[in-house]
Parts: sequence; C-alpha cells; structure tokens
Amino acid sequence: MVDSTVVLFGQTLAYTCYCLAILLVMGWFGYKITRPGKDNKVTNVLFYSFTGMLVVLGVSLHIVTYNTIPWAPMDLNRSEIKADKEFNITVEKHKFTLPEETLNINCHEKVLFSVTSHDLTYGFGLFRQDNSMVFQMQVVPGHPNDILWEFDRAGVYTIRSTEYSGPAGVDITIKDAVVVTCNESASN
Amino acid sequence: MNFLQTLIKGEQAMFKSENLTPMQKLTLRFVVIGLVYYAFAVIEGMVMRIYQIEPIPLITKNQFFAIMTAHPLVGIFGSTYSIVFGAFLFLVPFLMKKPLWSIKLGNWTLWLIAIGTFVFWFSGFISHYAPLYTLYWPLPVDFTQFSVVGGIFFILGIAMVMLGTAFFVINVFATITYTPEGWDKQPSGALIGSAIGYSGFRNLFSKKKKEHLVPLPVAAIARGTVDVALNAGIILFTGVLILVYMVFALFDVNLKDTAIDALLYKNWFWWGLDLVADGLVLIFVAGTWYLLATLITGKKLYMQNIARSALLVELVVSWTVWSHHLLSDQAQPGFLKVLSGEMVTALELITQGLAFFITLATLWSARPLKMTNPLKFLLGGLLGFALAVPAGIMQADIGLNRILHNTQWVIGPHVHVAVLVGLAMTLYAAIYILFPILTNGAQLYSQKLANFHFWGQLIGGIGMGAFMGMAGLNGMLRRSLYVNGEFNTYMVLAGLCGALLLLAFLAFFFNIVMSVGINGVIGIFMPSKLKTKDPLPSQG
Repeated sequence: MVDSTVVLFGQTLAYTCYCLAILLVMGWFGYKITRPGKDNKVTNVLFYSFTGMLVVLGVSLHIVTYNTIPWAPMDLNRSEIKADKEFNITVEKHKFTLPEETLNINCHEKVLFSVTSHDLTYGFGLFRQDNSMVFQMQVVPGHPNDILWEFDRAGVYTIRSTEYSGPAGVDITIKDAVVVTCNESASN
Repeated sequence: MNFLQTLIKGEQAMFKSENLTPMQKLTLRFVVIGLVYYAFAVIEGMVMRIYQIEPIPLITKNQFFAIMTAHPLVGIFGSTYSIVFGAFLFLVPFLMKKPLWSIKLGNWTLWLIAIGTFVFWFSGFISHYAPLYTLYWPLPVDFTQFSVVGGIFFILGIAMVMLGTAFFVINVFATITYTPEGWDKQPSGALIGSAIGYSGFRNLFSKKKKEHLVPLPVAAIARGTVDVALNAGIILFTGVLILVYMVFALFDVNLKDTAIDALLYKNWFWWGLDLVADGLVLIFVAGTWYLLATLITGKKLYMQNIARSALLVELVVSWTVWSHHLLSDQAQPGFLKVLSGEMVTALELITQGLAFFITLATLWSARPLKMTNPLKFLLGGLLGFALAVPAGIMQADIGLNRILHNTQWVIGPHVHVAVLVGLAMTLYAAIYILFPILTNGAQLYSQKLANFHFWGQLIGGIGMGAFMGMAGLNGMLRRSLYVNGEFNTYMVLAGLCGALLLLAFLAFFFNIVMSVGINGVIGIFMPSKLKTKDPLPSQG
C-alpha cells in the first residue's frame, strides 16, 4: 500500500511546480501589459481551451487520486470490507482510553480503529516518530467514527487528537501507542 | 510643508474633509474602521506567530486560544466586512446613478459592525472564551472550560455584527430596486431579476436578447449579498441556540447538550459559514476584479455574458459545497462527500479560473498599461487566488484530505494566501483606485511607501503561507501548540514573513494618514456639511 509520505511527496512536487509556473506567468504578464503589442485581442479559442483545461483538471484530480491513493476507495467502501483486527477506543474529558496499553498490528492487516467520544468533538490521528502524519479523522460525539487502515511497513506511532477541543485539550496524545511489525512472510 | 504640517493637514493640504458628501464620509468611515481592525488582526496574527515559536510568558494558553478565536472573526467581520460593505454601499448607488436608499441605515451598519466587533473581541480578551470560529458542538457550551458571562457577551457581539450585516443587505437590494423621489417608476422586478442573474440566464436560451438593466459589478454585489444574507441567518440562528444554553446556565440550569446532534449541527453551521469563504468572498472578489479591470483599462469586459453566467453558477455552487469541510467526518454520508465535497467544489476551480482569465484578457486588450498602484495590487490579488484556489481543490479530495485536514496546509497555502494575498490585495487595489474619488482628489503621500506595501504584502503573504504549508505537509496541525520546537524552522520563517506583512501594513497606514492628515481623519467622523444624497459633490 502506498504510504502517506509518498502521496505527500507527489503533492508537494506537483504543487511546487504549479506555483513556480504561475509566478512566472504572472511576472511575464505584468511585464508584457506595460509594453505595446501587435495583437491585443484574446481569441475565443484560447478562452474555451482554458475553460476545457479547468474542467479536465477539476474532474481528473479526483479520478486520479481515487485510483492511486489506496485508502480513498477503502474508506468509501469500508462497510463492505471485513477488518482483520478492530480496536475500540473511547475519548472523554480530553483523554483517550485504549483497549490495550499498546495496539499491536501486523503488516498488511486491515485494521479498523473505531473511536467514540462521550463529550466533545475530537480528532484521531496517527503520527510517526518525526511528527509527520499517517492519517487522521474527526471524532464527533453521538456518531460512529471509524477508519480502516492497512499498514505496509513497520513502525511505532503516536496517537494524537487532531481537533481542537478547548484549551484543556491541546495535547491529547499517547506516545508510541501503536506498534506495527512486519515479519518476512508478511512483508512478502 | 514640513513633516509635522503634513501629518496634521495631509499631503499638500489637499484633503478637505468639509467638502465631503455624507456618502463619501460614510464610505471613508467604513474604510478607517476596517483598517483599524485589520491592524488588530495583523497584530494578533503576529502574537500567535511568535507564540508558535516560543510561548510568550505573559500570555497564557487560554489567552492564546482566545486570540485564535477572535483573530479570524476580527479579520473577516471587523475588517473585511467593513471595507467591503463601505465600498459597496458607495459603488451600488454610484454605478446605478441613483442615491443610496438609506444613508442612515448605512451608518447603523457601520456602528453595529464596529461596536459588535469590539464587544466580541473584548469579551474574548477578558474572559478567554475560546471555542474558535468553528464552534463545534458542544464546545461553545462547555462551561467547564469557558465563562458563561464571557460567552454571552461574545455571542451578543457577533449578533450585533450580523444585525448590521442584515441592514447592509436591505440597503443594497432596496437601492437597486427603489424609485428615488421625482424619478419615473423603476421596474423593481426586472431590476432584481437582472441583479440576481435571472434575466441573463434567460438570455442564454432566448433569441431576443434583453439588455442588462444592472451593471456587471452591481450584479456581482447583489449575488454575493444573497450569500451574505444566508450566512447572517445561519450565524444568528446558531448564536441564538448557544445563547439559550448560556442563559439557562446563568440560572444554574444545565440543558443537555446531547439534545443537539453534533453532526447535523456541523453540517448546517458549515453550510452557512462556507457561504463566506466559498460564496460571497469569491463572488465579491470576481465582481471587484471586473470593476477594476474596466476602470483601469476604460474598456468593456471580455466575455461579459459568460462572466455574468459564471457569477450565477458560483452563487449556486456556493450553496452546495459545504461538505468539503466534512471529508474527515466518517459519519458523513459518502454521497455528500463525493458530490458536494469533491465534485461541486471542483466547479470553483472553473468559476474562479474563468474570472481570472476574463480579468487578464480585459487588461491585455488595453496594453500598454501604466503599472499603477491599482493595477499592481490587482495582479497581486489575482496571483493570490491563483495560488490558493488550487490548494483548496487539492485538500477537497477524499484521499488527500485524510492527510491534510486540520494541518497547517489548510490554513497556510489555502486560507492565508487567499485572504492576505488574494482578498487583501484586491481590496487594496480597490482602495487605491477609489482613494482620489472618495477624497475629492487628495494626493498620496509617498509612492515609495506604496511600492514597499505592495512587495511586503506579496512576499510576506506568499512566504508565510508557503512555510506554514511546508510545516503542514510534515504533520503540523492547526489549532494546536507545539512547545518542544518540533516545527520551529518553519515557524521562524513564517514569523519573519508575518513581520514583513506587519511592516507592509504599517507603511500603508502611515502613507494614508500622511495623505489625508490627522485633521482629515478626525473630519471624516464629523457630520457632513453638504446636504446631498449624491455620492459625489456637484461640480458646480
């Protein structure tokens, strides 16, 4: 399964290239409109081509991500997928309660994290040792909040609330709460 | 004139506040108050920037989050609403060539927004009421964390702003449709149809094309104002709901917060709140770009009919995109995530992209143009949205949202670049172009300061957004505190860019004060001696 670091790298690359391009275009445009030109008319062909490009970009982004980011289809269809392991977690008074002290997971297991809030709106996120994010979801009281995930590499992760729940909830974390191990057969 | 004389009387003593019409004074008051609240928001922003690098000993954690709660509300309501409403209350009658329906109601809007903003800001400052602008249920009524009295004043302040907003809505639509004294009866139904876009829409399918009764910028203002009204209704409704809980709590009766469904609440509140971000801002900005492009070039707008249609599409789109804020809410129905959150939201790339192209094409048609302050700030505003809108479209994707939601990416490259570069620079372009009109030809004190303002705003805004975005991509959350220096490199760089933004604003503010003088600023708030309803003084 593609890891979030790979997706974020791709996004960073694409957006950075776009930013550099649009900065150059605007710089060029700002220079050119102060200079006299031969043809000041913008053709309709250019306008409709630009419109078509916007339509293609807007639609294709979601089609591409749906087909390349593995958790996107898994998330939308999670009710039809049987989880290999399920963890029921509760959160109340700015504190997570886990079913076990450490949540142990094997590589390539489909794991369902089901989180219930008994008071406020929180978030539930998994973070790597370097503080980068693996995934997150919102935890809304009175509703089921579950996320299905498949880990493809070993790691130790911290659970952190990713939603503001008042000043008392600034640091709702459980360090090294999730441990993923990969043995030879699992990783093959 | 020496420095002191200029400071008191303005550049070359050319600004005479006693020659201003009531309409000019009303608009200038809105602008002054809007700029003062912009200063509030920038200073608050800088305090938070510093706090993210190193917590300030004098500011507690609770105070920090109270600042975070007030900051966007002061920026949007106190500053942007003031400047935008002031400009539009001037432009609608100016472009329709008829007096404002009620100057008195305009003044009510001004003072309700000015005082209401101060009330909610001050109550947050004193009581540390800090549920953030999102008000996720039941946080605003969590009285184990927040003061009831502080919360009541906070909500009352917001309610005052919304009441002033409602008066603005009434004034805009009444001005478009009413018949001034001594005029022939105005076709109010046809005018409203043209303003909302009905007649333009009919033109698309009719062989007999009817002339547009309302100029394009007024049509944009009217359509954006529809979203202003809907947004005010939702915020008022939510405010009353919260207020009920607060009043009961005041009498030691604790209503069950589970009586309100947190997800349903989140849907309706985001539906209303999103009308600001994805509705009126985009529509007003597009309308302002069109107005600026035509004023700067003196030419007709390129693809005018498409521009009108795109504004109407944007209005409908703005009612149906809210679900992109709930892509990480697992109980949110999947079809809403895909349809509203992804697909309809992608239409904003098209509507805003068309506005971008049409504005550039209009400017292109008139080259060579002189790089004036309005033109350079307009280009800055266009660039800001060209950067921020795609960033928003990317996060409005089910796959990407899973790793971007609530990170600094959302608030950096999307929100702050949109607001500080896209929106603010568009507003500055409008201020620079309206300045000589509203001041009867006052002269700008320093072009060098205006140039510094431009580059400081542009580099500071883009730079700050970029470094926040980099932190977000590395996992830094928004609405959070990192006290162990986890993201300090990015935060120091973002802080330096924030400082540049602050300096840019100070340069602009000083430039304006030196242009009109302290006497002039005071004079703006004195009653007008001219007994006219016209926007500008008569030439005779």
